[in-house]
Amino acid sequence: MKFGKSLNYTILIGFSILFLAPFFWMVTTAVKTPDEIYLFPPKWIPSDIQFGNFMKAWTIQPFNTFLMNSVIVTALSTIGQLISSSLVAYGFARFTFKGRDFLFMVLLATMMIPWEVTMIPLYMEFNYLGWINTLKPLIVPSFFGAPFFIFLLRQFIMTIPKELDEAAKIDGANHFQIYSRICMPIMVPPLILVAVFQILGSWNDYLGPLIFLNDQSKYTLTLGLSQFRGMFGVDMESIMAVTFLICLPPLILFFIAQRYIVEEVMDSGLKG
Amino acid sequence: MSTEISTNVSKQTVLQTKKKFKWGSIIPFLFISPWVIGFFAFTFGPLLFSLVISFFNWPIVGETKFVGFQNYIEMFTNDPYFWSSLAVTVKFAVLFVPFNLIIALFLAILLNQKVKAMSAFRTIFYLPSVISGVALAMIWAWVFSGEYGILNYFLSFVGINGPDWLNDPNWALVAMVIASLWGQGTMMLIFLAGLKNIPQNLYEAASIDGAGKVTKFFKITIPMLSPIILFNLIMTIIAAFQQLTLALVLTGGGPLRSTYFYAMYVYENAFKYFKMGYSSANAWFMFIIVLGLTFIVFKSSTMWVYYEGEMKNK
Repeated sequence: MKFGKSLNYTILIGFSILFLAPFFWMVTTAVKTPDEIYLFPPKWIPSDIQFGNFMKAWTIQPFNTFLMNSVIVTALSTIGQLISSSLVAYGFARFTFKGRDFLFMVLLATMMIPWEVTMIPLYMEFNYLGWINTLKPLIVPSFFGAPFFIFLLRQFIMTIPKELDEAAKIDGANHFQIYSRICMPIMVPPLILVAVFQILGSWNDYLGPLIFLNDQSKYTLTLGLSQFRGMFGVDMESIMAVTFLICLPPLILFFIAQRYIVEEVMDSGLKG
Repeated sequence: MSTEISTNVSKQTVLQTKKKFKWGSIIPFLFISPWVIGFFAFTFGPLLFSLVISFFNWPIVGETKFVGFQNYIEMFTNDPYFWSSLAVTVKFAVLFVPFNLIIALFLAILLNQKVKAMSAFRTIFYLPSVISGVALAMIWAWVFSGEYGILNYFLSFVGINGPDWLNDPNWALVAMVIASLWGQGTMMLIFLAGLKNIPQNLYEAASIDGAGKVTKFFKITIPMLSPIILFNLIMTIIAAFQQLTLALVLTGGGPLRSTYFYAMYVYENAFKYFKMGYSSANAWFMFIIVLGLTFIVFKSSTMWVYYEGEMKNK
């Protein structure tokens, strides 16, 4: 029994090292001096920690502009997603109407459509609207809900006792008021989950910016970072420094919202 | 909240009740209208349009011309990159899908034990899943470095002289599988949720009957988990077929097109060579493959997926 337990811990710690080593490798490279980077066997702890690398790397490209674009896209699309997905989820959870179950099936089925299939028409559509090389294609679709979030929120609303709605209805509240004053406050935990996923999705998105943006002044951080790799004369410590800075917000967000992410995914993710 | 509701009472009039009744039938559609509009504007419309232009010669500038099935015939009979990229994607899927499922399930089982600090381990295992594809690619490009990377450093401990991963046509695709496996956290969490939902009394009953750990795993855990395995299997297959970011950032499809994924082929035909019609035909072919695979998996699932509801009503 004792042996089994220590074996467990050995395996758990072994995997932890596998998962953490690349992160550690990134951080330690980011603060190295150039001559300590290309060593084999590698040096884990730099002898001379260079915090200046971050500043130096950040100014090689207009990363402040990229940061601003990423923040705009992330913030607006998250707001859009919270409003639209919760509205639609309420509609599917609280009404019975003709074709509802069919529509909901369609909604779930759209999750299976590979983005490659819609990518070209979307490009043409946004081009027609004059949205290419603006941030709009990365923001506007979020205001129309996303199937996964709608599904998640609908599952949650269905667990809210209908008696609450009935009581409010008797008191004269209309559906919009029930949605905004009763459901929304109760829905805070899954809404946080939606917000976190949307923030991560927007912040991390690469293909959207790659296809819809041309000018460097419109780039988001991921796109800026990817260009960095191909650039002549950019050294490894700068690449790792910028990578680290871009990873930082998602990691911090994850630590703050961990309880919601892990537990909400586990609680509400798959009960359908 | 109760005060808000009571103020609403005073506001209500008979007239409003009548009006509400009249409007009642469209209220549900008002709520779901954002999705319905978005569905037509950003999903269904583009989907149909993509099918239509797949029958056209449709350059981004210049004249469009109806060509019937020519695009489809062309890609099957006269385009080596179509077959080679399809082969790369299938190879990737064959490696990635089973490994991903097994590792995610294995980690979930590890995390489903009652030992100290389990939530810390759960956090660590999930951590890579929150960073972006590009950042992940950047980190792994450096980890995979043939001469200075830590992967080969670790391998040297066990006496293996690691390859120059990303520059070796035999290993670049394997490298992508490894990097993808690093970010498997979501699947692990879904498995973990499933494991936690298995009633403990099943295991207790099995213990009384003298079942060992292995028997319990195959006779209880796997059958009880099979609907989730099905879900994860389909999601992993779909993800494998859409793999693109890693290839674009890490290798650009090389070396010798060994990581030239099908998705990359579609992407390049559209945005590098601007053959919109041809690329749409490519994309639709992939869509049909994904649908077909999903259909096969679903059909076969009656043989191996066990739904609790079949035995007792929930």
